[in-house]
Amino acid sequence: MKRLIPLWITAIAGIVLIASYFVPYAQGLGELTSIWFDILAGFAFILGGGNLLKVHLKKVSDKAAGWGYSVILLASFLITLFVGLGKIGVHPSPDYPDNSWSGVYNEVGSPFWWLYEYAFKPLTATMFAMLAFYIASASFRAFRAKNVEAVLLLGTAFIILLGRTFAGVWLTSWLPESLSGLKIENLSVYIMQVFNTAGSRAIIIGIALGIASTSLKVILGVDRSYLGSARSEP
Amino acid sequence: MDRKTLIWTIVFLLAGAYLVLRSMTGGMARTYMKAVDFEFVNVAADGDEPEWIQAKPQVAADHDPNELANYPDENRQSWTRYESAPLKKYAKAVKEDPNQTTYLLSISRTIGVWLSAMFTLAIFSFLYKDSIFYKIAEAVVVGVSAAYWMVVAFWSTIVPNLIGKLSPAIVQAWAMPGLKEEQNLLYIVPLVLGAMLLWQLAPKGGWISRWPLAFFIGVFCGIRLTGYMHGDFLYQIGNSIIPLVVMVNGSFDFWGSLRAVLLVGGLLVCLVYFFFSFEHKGIVGKTAKVGIWVLMITFGAGFGYTVMGRIALLAIRLEFLFDDWLWLMDPTDKRLGM
Repeated sequence: MKRLIPLWITAIAGIVLIASYFVPYAQGLGELTSIWFDILAGFAFILGGGNLLKVHLKKVSDKAAGWGYSVILLASFLITLFVGLGKIGVHPSPDYPDNSWSGVYNEVGSPFWWLYEYAFKPLTATMFAMLAFYIASASFRAFRAKNVEAVLLLGTAFIILLGRTFAGVWLTSWLPESLSGLKIENLSVYIMQVFNTAGSRAIIIGIALGIASTSLKVILGVDRSYLGSARSEP
Repeated sequence: MDRKTLIWTIVFLLAGAYLVLRSMTGGMARTYMKAVDFEFVNVAADGDEPEWIQAKPQVAADHDPNELANYPDENRQSWTRYESAPLKKYAKAVKEDPNQTTYLLSISRTIGVWLSAMFTLAIFSFLYKDSIFYKIAEAVVVGVSAAYWMVVAFWSTIVPNLIGKLSPAIVQAWAMPGLKEEQNLLYIVPLVLGAMLLWQLAPKGGWISRWPLAFFIGVFCGIRLTGYMHGDFLYQIGNSIIPLVVMVNGSFDFWGSLRAVLLVGGLLVCLVYFFFSFEHKGIVGKTAKVGIWVLMITFGAGFGYTVMGRIALLAIRLEFLFDDWLWLMDPTDKRLGM
């Protein structure tokens, strides 16, 4: 029963969504299921937060290695949660000035906005920005033009990178108008519009077919890996 | 202390002294704001539903400011909102009236800029080696982002779509007076499924969370199956069925035709490479080989674009450090976008 009911739930939910696409009468049911899906996604965020709290509280109580960082993590988590859920410092909405809770939770100037603007945004942006160094370093170590495929990959990357820079444009600016197609910025556009489009379309078609077949396998109960191993049942 | 450590210590001390000096003299990182007063007046008679009319910052249309001024204080709601303002406007306002209170130095936002800069440098410190600064910044980003997404999910999904459907009256009275929903008890189902999902946190009965997970996966598969088949599979094929001979104003367009042939041909050879029902040898093998070349060009273009995207992000962070924090790029505050 612990495995059979989830299988049926998956099958019914999946079939309802597919039916709602093809059968106009089932569209309302499909929309309802999609809203339920969004609500469950909201609960998943709460589950994630709860799990984070559980793991790091245990780490602090056990005084495990690096527990000091867990304290910082818990403090930043709880402060953000408190100011966000409590709408601290948020003014009422101009439409309902007598209702102090009617303002938007991320109002500019509120503590929650402050945390987003001055902690969340710079931290995540810098983490992604750092990848520039790692991509450059990894490609320098890994890329070797030792066969046709590698030459094509490297050459294209080089043209695309140069085509978006001032230096790249300047390098081929001396070419006459009759050979303007060979200017690096035009070559870059041509590669993107023709070869990149062709390759990307083939990949997208492949991905779509893969997702469709995997989804069907899950809905029909052929693929049950998401339920975990039967031997690990309590 | 060895020679290397001594040199670095002196460099850091000098840099710190420079920062302290510049910040003390108001030469960096300061953020200014403009105070905007809001005032609303309840013009409804006693016992009636409130009718709020805006009196500040501008009087609502069809209302006389003098008439609104006659209402007593208990009929008024007011607050001050602070908007970001450029340095030049603050400087101009202070020059005109040193006692003005419209443009102000924002202590909290100035601290925010300092904190952002410290976090940015802390993350960058990982490029040298894993340090205490990086670990602190990492802990903060995990904590803040987990809570941020929880808050977003709560206010944008759980409150309007779940509590608002199960008990609209409570939500209307509490946080969303404008909510126009009727009670729908069917929403007990996602509430129960949500509670079952949270059961995962309990020490026993982990299998209970399989039901909402199964629902989640079923819906996801249903949405993705139709979405990808329609939006990607059919759409990409439809866009690839194009004339191979391109005519412009009645004459043959060689470059346009070549582009169409290369596009369709490139797509077909790539698909041959992905087709594994036949062994890749003979003509199929040669075609698949050309498919690999086209795919390599695609990966190269993708790589180039990714690198450019990351470098753009890096440039934005450096611009923040040198412009918003250090004020080195534009000390007279004539920055782009200001």
